[in-house]
Amino acid sequence: MTTGDVAIRVKDVSHQFGEPGDAFHVTALQKTSLDIQRGELLCLIGPSGCGKSTLLNMIGGLLAPTSGTVEVGSKPVRGPLPRDIAFVFQENALFPWCSVIENVKLGMMFQGAPKAEQEDRARKALEAVGLKDFMAHYPAQLSGGMRQRAALARALSLETEILLMDEPFGALDEQTRMILGEDLSVLLSSTDKTIVFVTHSLGEAVFLADRVAVFSARPGSIKEIISIDEPHPRKPGFVTTEKFSQLRNTLYGLLHEEIRKAVAQTVMAGPLT
Amino acid sequence: MSARRDRRDKLASRAVQAGFVVVLVALWYFGTTRWGVSHLLLPNPVKVWEELKDVLASGDYIPDLTITLSEVATAFVLSCTSGVIVGYVISRSQYAIRVFEPLLAGIYSVPIILFLPLYILFFGLGPASKIAIGTTISFFPIVLNTIAGFGYVEKIFITAARSMGASNYQMFRYVLLPAALPVILTGLRIGFTVALLSILGSETIASLAGLGHKIVHLAEAMETARMFAYIAFAVVIAAVLNMIVTSLEARAKRQ
Ligand SMILES: Nc1ncnc2c1ncn2[C@@H]1O[C@H](COP(=O)(O)OP(=O)(O)OP(=O)(O)O)[C@@H](O)[C@H]1O
Ligand SMILES: [Mg+2]
Repeated sequence: MTTGDVAIRVKDVSHQFGEPGDAFHVTALQKTSLDIQRGELLCLIGPSGCGKSTLLNMIGGLLAPTSGTVEVGSKPVRGPLPRDIAFVFQENALFPWCSVIENVKLGMMFQGAPKAEQEDRARKALEAVGLKDFMAHYPAQLSGGMRQRAALARALSLETEILLMDEPFGALDEQTRMILGEDLSVLLSSTDKTIVFVTHSLGEAVFLADRVAVFSARPGSIKEIISIDEPHPRKPGFVTTEKFSQLRNTLYGLLHEEIRKAVAQTVMAGPLT
Repeated sequence: MSARRDRRDKLASRAVQAGFVVVLVALWYFGTTRWGVSHLLLPNPVKVWEELKDVLASGDYIPDLTITLSEVATAFVLSCTSGVIVGYVISRSQYAIRVFEPLLAGIYSVPIILFLPLYILFFGLGPASKIAIGTTISFFPIVLNTIAGFGYVEKIFITAARSMGASNYQMFRYVLLPAALPVILTGLRIGFTVALLSILGSETIASLAGLGHKIVHLAEAMETARMFAYIAFAVVIAAVLNMIVTSLEARAKRQ
């Protein structure tokens, strides 16, 4: 594997919130290294609070590592890179005062996309996520799933090489997230984007990812990476195969121990003891 | 429940309100014509109506109204500009918000009108002191709402805009401003109302001209009927101005 294939290189990255001695001092991420290949979809999975969002925000230049380096396209990341990296956040990050299509166009305007292309690209992106008939709606008029589709359209319209998704379907119900996962798999197989996808769902990780990185409990670092060797776009039937359940079980085994540790941490810190 | 029932309820309450006013005017009328209430204290409503028509027809009100309105307008422009700018600057730092928000809220709860004698000493009896007191009093709701509007914009909106490359200007124009606008507009409306009230009030206390001054002047000359006509006139002007400001606020919020 040559360096040319690496889209994102995370090297010995740690992050601490607050100064040592502060009441809220936390080591969110501990000496993590990770190479993400161009065009792959990498899932991050791990106990709550282990630093997945922190890592994603450092890759996206929204947060500076306390130590270590993050490189995108073999250049060190020093701040947001709107031409290379787009985000889909867990929370609803659509601007409520803009209609769906205005939200998408505003993103392109911030990015500096040519004005003449904006309308067209916005329509295309919204059609791709199935929101053709809801362009003039306001976010408050959409369901949770539609809002996340709109947020995805906004990210896609930026036509970046890298897409960072932080539990984009985290707040949705099981059925909606299954459908969105299937749609996403189809949508993304037609692009050659590099994607980092944080999720809590083992099934979602196996269904979507080329590789899954499992985090240890806080202070987080990558415990193991497993490969999901199955062509894209994945068929809905993949979920019912033996291979799928085996991979899912492997992940479950890796994760279970870490979640126990994470829960033990919070109980020890809690008022019960 | 249904729209029709809503409308009927609304009509019923309107009828009660109108009935209330009619009863009040009737009591007023019989009080002055039958029950011997002194005309110096309470003039006959018919006489008041005649006076009001005369005030409007003669244009007698124009100089005083002009003064009062220009005082209110000047005070409002001054407090809007200063309140929004100061509020924005404070809202840029969590530290400044922690220091100044409670401080300003504390001063706002003091009845500033008590300092009117000082304002008169500094600015004289003319419009300057009215403008100054109106500006001071309306500054606080405007600055406090501006801080609340700009200071508590949801973080995720700012993060999202930053990740997409928004410049400082774009952040302000397309994220901070629209997020803060509804709260700021409410502050402006409250500011306008308190500016109007405090200016009319301070005109009645110590002044050379203006609607408030005219009313006190007529009271002192025992021209009670004309005084009531002027009070009615001032009430209508205040109500109309407040309605205009409220509808402007609602209009701007809808966009
Ligand atoms: N702004 C912050 N200030 C202080 N501590 C923070 C901040 N953001 C996160 N942390 C801490 O850093 C740790 C890692 O947070 P992070 O959000 O990266 O976790 P996560 O893996 O994304 O969790 P989840 O799966 O629940 O989203 C947590 O323990 C959290 O308490
Ligand atoms: Mg997170």
